[in-house]
Amino acid sequence: MEIFIIQFLNSVFYASILFLIAAGLSLIYGVMQIINLAHGSLYALGAYVTAWAVGTLAAGGHVVLLFLLLPAGAVAVAAVGMVIEPTLLRPLYKRPEEYQLLVTFALLLILEDVMRFLFGGVPLSADAIMDATGSIPVMTLKYPVYNLMVIGIGILAALFLWAFIYRTRFGIMLRATSQDRRMASALGINVKRVYMQAFTIGCFMAGLGGAIVVPSQAAVLGMGIDALILAFVVVVIGGLGSLEGALIGALLVSFVRTAGIQFFPEIELAVLYLIAAVVLLIRPTGMFGKVS
Amino acid sequence: MTLLRTVNLKKYFGETHAVDDVNFTVTKGELLSLVGSNGAGKTTLVNLISAYLHPDEGQILLDEEDITHSSVNDRIQAGIARSFQLVNLFDDLTAFDNVALAIFAREGKTGNLMSIADHDEEVRREADEVMGQFGLENKGGLTAGGLAQGERKLLDVAVAYALRPKLLFLDEPTSGVSTRDKLQIMDTISSVVRAENVTAVIIEHDMDVVFKYSDRIVAMHEGKILADGPPDEIRNNQDVATTLLGAALPS
Amino acid sequence: MKFGFIPTDKLSPWRLAAHGAPIVVVLLLFPQFGGLYQTQLLTYGLIFAIAALGFNLLLGYTGLLSFGHSAYFALGAYTAAFMVKYLGVGSMELYILGGLLITAVISAAFGYVCVRHTRIFFAVLTLALSQVLWTLAYKFFWVTGGTDGIRVPFSKMTLLGGVVDFTSRGGYQSFVFSYYYYVVGLFLVCVSLMWVIVHSPFGKALQAIRDNETRAQFLGIRVRHYRWIAFLVSGTFTGLAGILWVPLNGLVTPDIAWWPFSGEIIFMTVLGGFRNFTGPIIGAVVFNYLKTYAIASTVFWQAALGIILLVLVLALPAGIVGACSRLTAKLRQKKEDEEDMAT
Repeated sequence: MEIFIIQFLNSVFYASILFLIAAGLSLIYGVMQIINLAHGSLYALGAYVTAWAVGTLAAGGHVVLLFLLLPAGAVAVAAVGMVIEPTLLRPLYKRPEEYQLLVTFALLLILEDVMRFLFGGVPLSADAIMDATGSIPVMTLKYPVYNLMVIGIGILAALFLWAFIYRTRFGIMLRATSQDRRMASALGINVKRVYMQAFTIGCFMAGLGGAIVVPSQAAVLGMGIDALILAFVVVVIGGLGSLEGALIGALLVSFVRTAGIQFFPEIELAVLYLIAAVVLLIRPTGMFGKVS
Repeated sequence: MTLLRTVNLKKYFGETHAVDDVNFTVTKGELLSLVGSNGAGKTTLVNLISAYLHPDEGQILLDEEDITHSSVNDRIQAGIARSFQLVNLFDDLTAFDNVALAIFAREGKTGNLMSIADHDEEVRREADEVMGQFGLENKGGLTAGGLAQGERKLLDVAVAYALRPKLLFLDEPTSGVSTRDKLQIMDTISSVVRAENVTAVIIEHDMDVVFKYSDRIVAMHEGKILADGPPDEIRNNQDVATTLLGAALPS
Repeated sequence: MKFGFIPTDKLSPWRLAAHGAPIVVVLLLFPQFGGLYQTQLLTYGLIFAIAALGFNLLLGYTGLLSFGHSAYFALGAYTAAFMVKYLGVGSMELYILGGLLITAVISAAFGYVCVRHTRIFFAVLTLALSQVLWTLAYKFFWVTGGTDGIRVPFSKMTLLGGVVDFTSRGGYQSFVFSYYYYVVGLFLVCVSLMWVIVHSPFGKALQAIRDNETRAQFLGIRVRHYRWIAFLVSGTFTGLAGILWVPLNGLVTPDIAWWPFSGEIIFMTVLGGFRNFTGPIIGAVVFNYLKTYAIASTVFWQAALGIILLVLVLALPAGIVGACSRLTAKLRQKKEDEEDMAT
């Protein structure tokens, strides 16, 4: 019985991370019609930066300091996004979208090696935070408090994003631009700035996903590439460009994955890709997506 | 002899009756102009007949055969071809290839993977002929995207014509070109169409062009046929004058 | 996907043969002055060229970007490997027959579902399906060898229906040189075949579909059906490349089904220029050299390739071949202008 509770909590934990990555990917696509293949690598970068900040830079420091440094990854990745968008992506908006895929693929290649260069091939961890928060008893087993915090952060992020997109002025501009770029521009919206901001927010979220996962799971090379394909599945199922879709998709993928690893580990991944393929066939826009 | 007729044809877009109970006929061999202000339903009617859209009610009969629910492909096989309001060509293929492709498609040769297109003498000869008929003989080697607007409009018609249809629909073949080019284009189109006895329906806004070249004019307004007759009759039709020109004709 | 004016290749087979003859001669003489390592390297280059050539039928000519072509390469490779491991087959020709069959069937199946969509959805669908295959290769390790893969030793192989074998002759060197000529032969066959396909009425129809799907439909071309056939042919060519690759590599692992390899195929094609017939060929060969030397020079070879790709996309969208043809066109124009001025 406790196994189920633990697995359930694990699923929600992982879904929080996936949601952050997928929502960022979806946001970028929804506003800019770009599929950011480097998104997974940005998530990895967030994990590495936070792990380095917490595990190396401030190693042995006070818990409060460590927690303050936790978002370092998110901030760093957002900064990277702010640089990438105007220099590498903006020149290509007028070009066919296939070119944008290639640029983000190039970014993926570069980022993977940037991480290798900066952080080496050794896994970096931020265990200190995990250890410091301890665990709570779940029947006869123990469950890390930190994981529960991550679930909390995931819920908060979802709420915050929803409020941001649907309740703020900037959110309106975002939605207007994503629906009709030319019209938005004609209405006086600074589309260039909206694009940059959307991209930065998307990157922030990917970085945040990495930042909060790393106390639980060390940063390793290649984690980004693995994460991207899963984020893709989430976004395909939930619908490109949809916030609710990213949430539902993340939960679904996470639960299927957890159940899969538990009960039929050989095909758990295949099942996910198959689900994605089936969704694409029946409802290419995903459960909640919009047709672009 | 009636080539095509529609029976109580209707198409709605929500509340709008784009085509409202239309009984439209086309006689074999004639050059018919379909006129009307924007939103009158001309393009929708053509879209329905060419299977770009499907009607909500009514029938379409070609040579008395019911084609109402057939597919685009079936309509083309049955002999209906069309051009589009905005020039719709294969911009990265040469002008010659654009026309040749229509001929290959017509002949069912587009399934051939293992023969060289340029070596098909029959098709080449016919494509040359069509290009010549439309005054494009020297433009064959240029890509369609690189032609001047007037040439593109002619090429667009040539491609539809190369399908050797029974019934050719041309959607505003002279729009977007200068007046001088307009007449040139219409001269070319009408001479080819008449020489080859192709039945043509042309959607056109320029009434000078319409009166000069048409055997018959059908005027539409708000989804219905307002008037139907030879140019002289239409010229003196008050309703047509009011809706199209916004003023009463001097009597 | 629309781009500027790029002249279509209008060479007749005779002119093409004339242009091609020097290249064929170079290819045939290469092992003499290239040596063992270079010959092997070029063999890989030609194999990838076949893969890219197949891939570009979809991209350059039909306007569909597949992000899952690693699947067909892997299918070809694994089929050959399975034939070695489970059927004890040594004949290269049998590998080719078996591999082509399997690849054709799977590309037909995948293609059937994929061509119902276009653009981004098509790309994502091809990606998803290719990863289903990757998962199978990775997870069912008792069948596929998992990450250890399956070995395909050249010593047990025969070429040309048993005429050439490597049991009695002296080892690896003999294999590399013989295999090189075998691959060159197949490469030339593939290039000729693809050239005909692309210049056939079918090829023109594909380009029409690429340029203007609606108009193609209104010419009576069955768009989805033709896209499906293009997909099938494309996948099969890439599958052949996979079959040819595995004896040379000696080993097949799930890596070649993993999605970044699909990215590499796209990279190669764009590098050479996907709006030209020869672009993918040149791109694949050049990419192979680039990657090999990058890996040898630095541990950050991925970044090096990434930077090259960035430069390509931002500055040279028509690829190497496109840039060259623009350059020669400009030079020719300049020469004509000078001649005009001189008279």
